[in-house]
Amino acid sequence: MKTSAFARIGQAGIASLLVLTAFAGCKREQRRFRETAPSGIPVDAVVMSPLQPGPSVIDVRISNPYDDNAYAVSEGKQLFDQMNCSGCHSHGGGGIGPPLTDDEWIYGSEPQNIFATIVEGRPNGMPAFKGRIPPYQVWKLVAYVRALGGLQGKAIRTTRDDHMMYKESEQARDKGHPSPTFTPPASVKQ
Amino acid sequence: MTVPLQSALDPGGPKAAAILHLGWFLLITAIVAYVLVTVALLYALRRATHRPAAFDDSDFDEPNRERGRVRWVAAAVAATGLLLLLFIFVDVTTARSLGSPAVGEPLRIDVVGHQWWWEVKYPDSANPQNIVETANEIHVPVGRTVSIKMTSSDVIHSFWAPNLDGKKDLIPGHETRTWFRADSAGVYRGQCAEFCGHEHAKMAFFIVAEPPTQFEHWLESQRSGAATPTDSLAQQGERVFLSGSCAMCHAISGTSAGSNFGPDLTHLASRRTIAAGTLPNDASNLAGWIIDPQIIKPGVKMPPHHLDPGSLQALLAYLATLK
Repeated sequence: MKTSAFARIGQAGIASLLVLTAFAGCKREQRRFRETAPSGIPVDAVVMSPLQPGPSVIDVRISNPYDDNAYAVSEGKQLFDQMNCSGCHSHGGGGIGPPLTDDEWIYGSEPQNIFATIVEGRPNGMPAFKGRIPPYQVWKLVAYVRALGGLQGKAIRTTRDDHMMYKESEQARDKGHPSPTFTPPASVKQ
Repeated sequence: MTVPLQSALDPGGPKAAAILHLGWFLLITAIVAYVLVTVALLYALRRATHRPAAFDDSDFDEPNRERGRVRWVAAAVAATGLLLLLFIFVDVTTARSLGSPAVGEPLRIDVVGHQWWWEVKYPDSANPQNIVETANEIHVPVGRTVSIKMTSSDVIHSFWAPNLDGKKDLIPGHETRTWFRADSAGVYRGQCAEFCGHEHAKMAFFIVAEPPTQFEHWLESQRSGAATPTDSLAQQGERVFLSGSCAMCHAISGTSAGSNFGPDLTHLASRRTIAAGTLPNDASNLAGWIIDPQIIKPGVKMPPHHLDPGSLQALLAYLATLK
């Protein structure tokens, strides 16, 4: 019996789709135990101002190493409570600090803006966590904060809580549309 | 450090002894039954080979022999049934004796399971401020019943010190209880017995059973806050602790560090091990643990720390004062 060309193409298509899905799944759930060598952790990955003495450095837009990583987002969710972000931002709903679930991002919604906000602090209350939380954990927090605002893909966001839920899960929220606001410079020293 | 034996075959208290007795009873009875059945089988096989291959009609004794065989089988089935009923009876009796704590005012201890360490608290009902917090090491007085109230902060763990007690699960959002009594002084190793993540295997604890006066002395010393460091190196270490990321997770009573995400370090230097029974508690192990815990216990929640050698030495000097 001769297999038709269409059937063979179809089979090859399904096989490659399965392989691709498997790879995508790997990235989504990837867990790394040794994030960086302890001496290689950049303590000052983000600076508030591009002005500095000495030769100018090349600005490179850094991206979050944990974008598209669902495991890191769920770790970030744990850190959000453990590092007491909820103390002011109240599970993203806002209280003493601004809400993180709406579309208004005072200091920018890009990963490097949120990183700078956590590390350097912001006027009127946001503490500077520099030296208190290691950078890789800050990046996990960044990944979760963006998930809170609906800025991560649905497949990446955290789903239901183990305890009683006060509102819908991060995954059930609509996609965020951050309003264009003043975006402070986010630079990296190379 | 001599690693204490963790074995259900070496009971240190009445509960483990009762479980061991039940185990021996079941094992020995099963061995005797197995030997009897095997002997009967071999006997039957031997007899079969010594008999004529087929019976002829002139064998008038055959119906009688058949009746005799049926009686043997019926007796064996009845004996097996009675034996199984006896097993149930002994099992239920043992379980009842384990479920009811012994007489006397028990010592109350709260245990909370975390990924991957044990939080241990000694509440004082008369004065709630007198609570003692420690980790991965449970001191108990010899000869007194200990009542343990357990829960978990993340996933299901299981509290298992085979020399003293059977397993009991720690369930998030739910309280479970167990009790045990150590009749002889010694250090007994325990272990998480419910798979709980990457470092399940490195989630051990130690039960230190000591004479009552020694235990009271220990409890009294644990109640006091951390000693204020006197030499300048340790004072610098305290600043490193409080200004760095240590204070984000660990508490040291008597200082401003009050976070309860990681183990309480108020009396760290008095403990035998670090990282939930993974390493002996000495300066070199502690240094390696602080700098890069992920190489010792991959997946552990403690992040690596970027400390210059001077700060690390100061921090170690400070931690050594936390007796």
